[in-house]
Amino acid sequence: MSEKSSVNWAEIEAKPEFRALLARKARFITGATIFFLAYYLALPVLVGYFPALMKTKVWGEVNLAYVFALSQFFMAWMVAFVYVRVAAKWDKEAAAVITGHQ
Amino acid sequence: MSIPLLMFLAFVGLTLLVTFWAAKKNTGASAYFAAGRSITGWQNGLAVAGDYMSAASFLGISGMICFSGYDGFMYSVGFLVAYITVLLIVAEPLRNAGKYTMADLLAYRLKPRPVRALASLSTLVVSTFYMIAQMVGAGAVIKELIGISFEPAVIGVGVLMLVYVVFGGMLATTWVQIIKALLLMAGALLLSYLVLKHHGFSFAAFFESVSKADYAGSAPPKNLLEPGLKYGAAAGPWGHIDLISLCIGLVLGTAGLPHILVRFYTVPDAKTARSSVVWAMAIIGLFYIMTTFFGFGAATILEKSQILTAAGKPNTNMVAPILAQHLGGDLFFAFISAVAFATILAVVAGLTMSASASFAHDFYTNVIHHGKEHRPGEEVRVARLTAFFVGAASIGLAIYLGPSVNAAFLVGLAFSVAASANLPVIVLSVFWRRFNTMGAVAGLGGGLVVSIILILLSPNGMFGKEGAIFPLENPGIVSIPIGFLAAWLGTILTPRDPQAETKFIELKVRAHTGLGAEKAVAH
Repeated sequence: MSEKSSVNWAEIEAKPEFRALLARKARFITGATIFFLAYYLALPVLVGYFPALMKTKVWGEVNLAYVFALSQFFMAWMVAFVYVRVAAKWDKEAAAVITGHQ
Repeated sequence: MSIPLLMFLAFVGLTLLVTFWAAKKNTGASAYFAAGRSITGWQNGLAVAGDYMSAASFLGISGMICFSGYDGFMYSVGFLVAYITVLLIVAEPLRNAGKYTMADLLAYRLKPRPVRALASLSTLVVSTFYMIAQMVGAGAVIKELIGISFEPAVIGVGVLMLVYVVFGGMLATTWVQIIKALLLMAGALLLSYLVLKHHGFSFAAFFESVSKADYAGSAPPKNLLEPGLKYGAAAGPWGHIDLISLCIGLVLGTAGLPHILVRFYTVPDAKTARSSVVWAMAIIGLFYIMTTFFGFGAATILEKSQILTAAGKPNTNMVAPILAQHLGGDLFFAFISAVAFATILAVVAGLTMSASASFAHDFYTNVIHHGKEHRPGEEVRVARLTAFFVGAASIGLAIYLGPSVNAAFLVGLAFSVAASANLPVIVLSVFWRRFNTMGAVAGLGGGLVVSIILILLSPNGMFGKEGAIFPLENPGIVSIPIGFLAAWLGTILTPRDPQAETKFIELKVRAHTGLGAEKAVAH
C-alpha cells in the first residue's frame, strides 16, 4: 500500500481482456462453490434425515454413510486439482493484462 | 518417566534453536510479522497444516470418534472440505491486497479505523476460543506425560509460547509448525499402522470389529459406523439441525480464522499462496483419513477402564496417547505425547502471533495512531508486549475453565464465530462494489455478538441443558446468515460511499492480477 503509485487502476479495470477474465473467474468460482457446498451439505442432510438409507451396507460392514463421508476427501482434492489447473491459465492472462503497467 | 521427559525436552530444545536462528534474521516489521514473505509453497503448506492439525484434531477428534463413532468423523470431513473455501475465495485476494492481517483487506477500500477496530476485536475473540481448546489439551497431556498437574502445565505452555513469539516472530513460529507437522504425520502413520496390524492388516476385519465395537469386551457392542450416536434423533428433536449447523460452521469457518489467514502473507505471491493451500490439503486430508484408524481403532482395542477418568467420565482428549501406549509401549507413548504437546505449543504460538499482530498493526498503529508509526520499530514492540498479555490472559482463562471439555468441540465453536463475523465481510469486500464501512461494521459486530450470545444460551451455555433458550449446540446455521444479513443491511440502509466504490476498482485489479502486492524481502 506504500506506493501510491502512478498506476491507472480504472484504465486496467476497463480493459475488455480484464473484464472477460473476471467474468470467467466468477463463473468458475461460483459454479465450483455451489457444487462443493451442495456435495458437502448433502452429507449431514442425508445422514440426519435418511438414516435408514445411509446405514445400507455396501462393502462388508462398511455402510453408505461412511463411504459418502470418505468420498468428500476425494471430492475436495479433485476440486483443488481442477482449480489449480484453471488458475494457472488465469495467471498468464492476468500477467498479459498488466504488462506495461508495472 | 524419564524417556517422555527427555523426548519432550529434545523437541523444546530443537524449537528454541529455531527461534534463536529466526531472532537473528528478524529485522523490521515485514520480517517479524510475515517472515519476510520468503516461505515457499510446500513450506507454507506444511505450516498451514501444522497450524490446523491442532490439539483439537489429534486429541479431540480421536476421542470424539472413539466415544461417538461416525458423528465424530464429521469433524474430520468438515475440517478438510473447508479448505476449498479458502482456496477458491480467500487466499489469493488476501495475499494480493493485504500486508500483515485480515483487516488489511477490509481497510483497503473502507474507512480503516472502525473496520480495523472491530476486526481486531473479532481476531482476539476467535483466537481466544481456539487457544482455550489448546490449553485444555495441553493440561491433559502434560499430566500424563510428566505427572504434574493442570495449572503448572498450562503455565509452562504459556511461557514457552511467549519465548517463540516474542523472540522469533513469524519465521520461528512457521518453522516450529513445519517441524511439528512432520513429526505429527510420522506419529499418526505409525499409530494407524499399529491399529491395522492389530487387525491382521485386513480392512474387512477392521471395519467388522468397528461395527461391533465393544471396547475390548468391556462394554456391550455397538455399531460405531452408524451415524446418529451424538447428533440426529438420539440427541433430541433438534439433533439433525444441530449436525447441519455444525457442518456449515466448519466448512465456512476456516476461511475466517485469523491465524490461518496470516499464513498467506508469509509467501512471496498469490500463486505460492495457492500452491500452499494445495499442499496443506494433501497433508491435512491424509491426516484426517487416518483419524478413522486411531479413533475407531481405540474403540475396538482399548478397554473402557483405560479411557475413563478417575471420576468415570470419558477422558475424551487422551484416547490417542493411551492407544499409543497400549500398542507401542512406553517409548511410543512418549513420542506421541511429546508430539501432541509440541502441537499445542506450536498452535498456541501461531494464535498468539496472529492476535498480537492484529492488535499492534490494526489497533495500535492504525486506529490509535492513524496508520503512522511514532518511532521506527514501535509496531513490533507493541506486538511483543501484546503477546505477553494475550499469553497471560489465556493461561488464566484455561485454568479457570479447567480440563474437562472436549478440545474439538471448543474449536468447532471458534469456527462458528469466525464464519459468522469474519467470512461475510471478507467475501463482500472482495466481490461487492456497493459494500461500505457501515456494512462491514454491522457484519463484524453482528456476527460476533449473535454467535457468542447463541453459544451462551445453548445447552452448553450458562443455563445448562435444561434451561437452554437456544436448542442447538452449534450456532452456525443461525449466526452465519445473520452475519451476512447484517453486513447487507448495514450497507443498503446507509448512503453509497463513492470513495469505497472507486477503491473497489483498484482492489479488484490488485486482487486478480497481483499488481502492487507486497513483495518478498530479499535476504
